Amino acid sequence: MATAQNFQNPDLQGYYGKFGGAYIPEMLYRNVEELKERYLDIIYEPSFQKEFQLLLKDYVGRPTPLFLAERLSKEFQASIYLKREDLCHTGAHKINNTIGQILLARKLGKTRIIAETGAGQHGVATATVCALKGMECIVYMGEKDIERQAPNVARMRMLGAKVIPALSGSKTLKDATNEAIRDWINNPVDTHYIIGSVVGPHPYPDMVARFQSVISEETRWQLKEKTGSELPTHVVACVGGGSNAAGAFYHFLNEPSVQLVAVEAAGHGVNSGMSAATTQLGKPGVLHGSKSLVMQTEDGQVVEPHSISAGLDYPGVGPLHANLFESGRGTFLSATDEEALASAFHISKTEGIIPALETAHAFAVLGKLNLKTSDRVVICLSGRGDKDLATYMRSMGLA
Amino acid sequence: MSRLGNLFSEKKKQVLNVYCTAGYPEIKSTLPIMKALQDSGVDIIELGMPYSDPLADGPVIQASGTKALENGMTIHLLFEQLKNFRKSIDIPVILMGYMNPVLQFGFEEFCKTAASVGIDGLILPDLPEYEFETEYGAIIKKYGLDFTFLVTPETSVERIKKLDSLSTGFLYAVSSSATTGSDKDFTAVEKYLQKLQSLELKNPVLVGFGIKDKATFQSACKYANGAIIGTAFIKILEGEKDIISVTNHFIKAIKN
Repeated sequence: MATAQNFQNPDLQGYYGKFGGAYIPEMLYRNVEELKERYLDIIYEPSFQKEFQLLLKDYVGRPTPLFLAERLSKEFQASIYLKREDLCHTGAHKINNTIGQILLARKLGKTRIIAETGAGQHGVATATVCALKGMECIVYMGEKDIERQAPNVARMRMLGAKVIPALSGSKTLKDATNEAIRDWINNPVDTHYIIGSVVGPHPYPDMVARFQSVISEETRWQLKEKTGSELPTHVVACVGGGSNAAGAFYHFLNEPSVQLVAVEAAGHGVNSGMSAATTQLGKPGVLHGSKSLVMQTEDGQVVEPHSISAGLDYPGVGPLHANLFESGRGTFLSATDEEALASAFHISKTEGIIPALETAHAFAVLGKLNLKTSDRVVICLSGRGDKDLATYMRSMGLA
Repeated sequence: MSRLGNLFSEKKKQVLNVYCTAGYPEIKSTLPIMKALQDSGVDIIELGMPYSDPLADGPVIQASGTKALENGMTIHLLFEQLKNFRKSIDIPVILMGYMNPVLQFGFEEFCKTAASVGIDGLILPDLPEYEFETEYGAIIKKYGLDFTFLVTPETSVERIKKLDSLSTGFLYAVSSSATTGSDKDFTAVEKYLQKLQSLELKNPVLVGFGIKDKATFQSACKYANGAIIGTAFIKILEGEKDIISVTNHFIKAIKN
């Protein structure tokens, strides 16, 4: 079969179209090169796969259900299925990747794990697998985020992780990422860096996408069971760095009939100056080791984005997604803070599921998709909303 | 021959390269500090272009960059400040910075402007060798700029030779795999520098990271052509009004 472009796999240098690569200082070269040389061999080793699949099943709780949301389906006049990543252990899809990377780190002989986190979800997922495997865990978190996300900081500490505040720059996720990279530079031998999204130097975007691809792998057979067809008409997911979207899209990337809908956080509005809609506002640039779309000033300084959801509050986007945007393969929409909040309340009341604020962005665009009754829409319900309760309470006037 | 080529053909030992951040501590400090560095006997100036996300730098240099950005420093403004600097400064000056601001300026436009104001070379730590070879190296060469790659104690011999072959001007030996400003045991560093020396590289070698005073400068110079001082110099500028005399004082203490 002649396919126009392979959207799934980067080339040998880690490029998806013109995005990707490994823009790293020499101090990181050996670590990144070691990963690049070994990640595919390691993760497809039978012994690795055996342990990985067992943990996904018995520890994470996979497969996660594909749920036909009947009331939403009626409202939007299409079949709407929810891929329930919110039911994963720790409450979000993030753990699919951290399980994979902790096993990989052990195969590489590493003894010390570092990670960055924004809202704390990836930090909690990393602290969890480190506890599971008895490994030292250090999580970098922006000083501002530590103040804003106290419950997740407490969770990480309870799980035995050391949370180190990132005090440089804007003191948020991008700075926590800088600090984690610096830690890796300073500890080149014993440390593995578990990046939480499909960002960073090659091979991270591909590696994280592969670990998250279990989402769409399951979706295919679950949809076949339910409808007789493996292919939905639409897959909808929120995108910050883009890890849940990468996982939800992965096995549909090279199926041109499936519309892939990525929903970014518009914050106060795409053109308000308080937004995180990177594909709309970003220009090609280099951030955290790869070439992608980056929100930046005319002088090339990276700007601080805004979103009500800390998980989407990132000035870049994974190179896989930048390529989906650039090529037109993906449909990129956005939802404002207000629309996301309204969706969160609506989904809670309609389906009895309180979604994470990030996930709520994905639901907010359902009305914009011009759906037909024959459409089969899969929404990646990437995380549950417990962590956002304080925001929801403020919205209800309860706090 | 390039200014760097001339320098190293005349001076093979004790070459002192000092890093300063453009627009730090004040927006107008760039040229006075460069002049003071030259007057106090520095051989090469490495001028840092501030960036919001400087991965390879430690906290001291990042903080100086943040201050410089607050002061309003941009690459456009820097080139404006450098327009006539060759009237008063003869020593080699290289620009150090990160890919993103350079890409936004326009890579070729950047090289062209840098060369036209009299800049001698570039250090872009996050420009990888693959992209250098396939895209950017030819542009750098077209405008006659030198380009310096970094090597670390973790870099294999084969790769050191490759990076040496791609570099012109000098090779930057990171004294440990660490961000700038880290303290490291210097005896471990000596072994690595001896190894570099034994490879008989095409380029002169300057040692950077962890050089902060006369003693560390001297031990770096034992096995290399010279050394680079960054963090220690930025530290003494912080909150300082009389930047000229502290610069003089600091450099004299290293050289004497």
